[in-house]
Amino acid sequence: MSKQLALVIDLNVCVGCHACVTSCKEWNTSGWAGPLTDENPYGKDPTGVFFNRVQTYECGTFPDTETIHFPKSCLHCEEPPCVPVCPTGASYKREEDGIVLVDYDKCIGCKYCSWSCPYGARKFDPVQGVMKKCTLCVDRITDMTIEEDRRKPACVLACPASARIFGDINDPQSEAARAIRENGGFQLMPEWGTKPANHYLPRRKITTILHADELVRVDNPLKAESEKPRPAFNTPTIDGVSSW
Amino acid sequence: MKPAFSVIFLTTLIGAGQGLLIALVLGQFYLGSESGGFFALGGVLALVMLGLGLVASVFHLANPQRGWRAATRWRTSWLSREVLMIPALCALAFLYTLIHAIGWAPVLMTFGNGKTLDLPMALGLLVVLGSVALFVCTGMIYACVRFIRQWASSWTVVNYLLMGLASGFTLAAAYAQIQANALSGFMSGAALVLTVAALAARTFQLWLNARTKPQSTMKSAIGLHHTQIRQVTQGFMGQSFNTIEFAAPGGAETVRGLTVFFLLVAFVIPAALLLAGLPVLAFVCQYVGLLAERWVFFAAGSHVQNLYYQAKG
Ligand code: SF4
Ligand code: SF4
Repeated sequence: MSKQLALVIDLNVCVGCHACVTSCKEWNTSGWAGPLTDENPYGKDPTGVFFNRVQTYECGTFPDTETIHFPKSCLHCEEPPCVPVCPTGASYKREEDGIVLVDYDKCIGCKYCSWSCPYGARKFDPVQGVMKKCTLCVDRITDMTIEEDRRKPACVLACPASARIFGDINDPQSEAARAIRENGGFQLMPEWGTKPANHYLPRRKITTILHADELVRVDNPLKAESEKPRPAFNTPTIDGVSSW
Repeated sequence: MKPAFSVIFLTTLIGAGQGLLIALVLGQFYLGSESGGFFALGGVLALVMLGLGLVASVFHLANPQRGWRAATRWRTSWLSREVLMIPALCALAFLYTLIHAIGWAPVLMTFGNGKTLDLPMALGLLVVLGSVALFVCTGMIYACVRFIRQWASSWTVVNYLLMGLASGFTLAAAYAQIQANALSGFMSGAALVLTVAALAARTFQLWLNARTKPQSTMKSAIGLHHTQIRQVTQGFMGQSFNTIEFAAPGGAETVRGLTVFFLLVAFVIPAALLLAGLPVLAFVCQYVGLLAERWVFFAAGSHVQNLYYQAKG
């Protein structure tokens, strides 16, 4: 099977800190492809181009609810519906590693591809007039001047909780493929047949059983923990008894 | 979806232009291979409509200087096919106009029953084919977007065809009346029939769309098997491409109001005006109505990606 680079995102681990959002923006706005434009960034109604966003969902009814932090970027579909509709050929899927990219020098900004992505992963840059999207940091992961263990997308390096795994999902030995296999990795909206390469790992039940004796310290009499009696007024202090 | 005025003008203008071309050729056939100035001037009128449409389309592109590239992916993209078909039809229409203007009508073929096919008629048939092909391309651009259920239907193509034909024949009726041409009655009659047919088909699609169910749910969108999922935040407090391009200004109220407006102004009133023998007024009225129709077509399309953008914060 051909190589397919992708992200595997563990929804059980993501804490919703948005570190991947800011590191993505920082890396991709500083690259040779030009800034990810922001319009009115400090004004009343700001808009801007972000490849990756962390959303938050809640399921259940209070008080039995659960919060899910959900990072979303281009899923680098194996059957990307956004590619064949592009009239210029600016959108393409790389043969060698399966990354879906936009050639900014060919894109005419017709936005047709964004209509053909069910995940809302494509972001139009109104200032440069071209369609942009997550590149899996293609300029970083293929840069041989960076040490090998740092040749990963910026979001993966930034995640403090290690909720993001990067690798070739078609290589059974890779960490990404193993994570999908062993933890019930799934794809978003499989009903459309887009075969997203990015996978998500589901929430898992974590139970902690507490016994009463763990809450009350039987081995430690309450007396020892309580506040010590105040010394009498005439009790000598350390200054009164030491030679200095 | 956010209606883009460039595309609203593009599709209504070229639709009327294509319809007019088909009307001219049918009129020519009806009169028994007539040729001459009426068809030449009509061809010029159609070319003006197609040209104005092209001008409008340029405003839709953010980088029109590379527009030529849009012709390269005709194997997979309906948009690319449309980009190729517009200039091809313009070229055919130009030849058609030229042949009629200089009155050159050599016989190309004689059939067994003694009937003949001359050059203007042969070109006319090509123009009809080209116009129909362009209608299909335009309709398919929208009909093949699977993720907007209000568009993803063959009725989208049927409607683009019927509404283009209706406005083209109404324009032809207006033109024939101004020129006091013998075809005036034929064009008005055909325009009336097509307008009523377009009304029926468009109303049917409105009815269908009111009944469609979304194919994706929050469950499959985030892969969580729970019956109650609500978004707490879409991840940002401002706007983004996702909240602008995929939403219609004005909301459902505006769509409902304009739907009633276009059903009356694009179909019912023009039909009455055609019956009353006022095709010029009918065309102006119908064109305004079709602009509103196209606005509603876009605004009523709801995209799957909106599942991910429900709560600002
Ligand atoms: S997530 Fe959207 S933009 Fe990315 S490859 Fe899939 S369809 Fe294309
Ligand atoms: S916006 Fe650019 S990448 Fe997208 S379909 Fe149009 S030309 Fe292709």
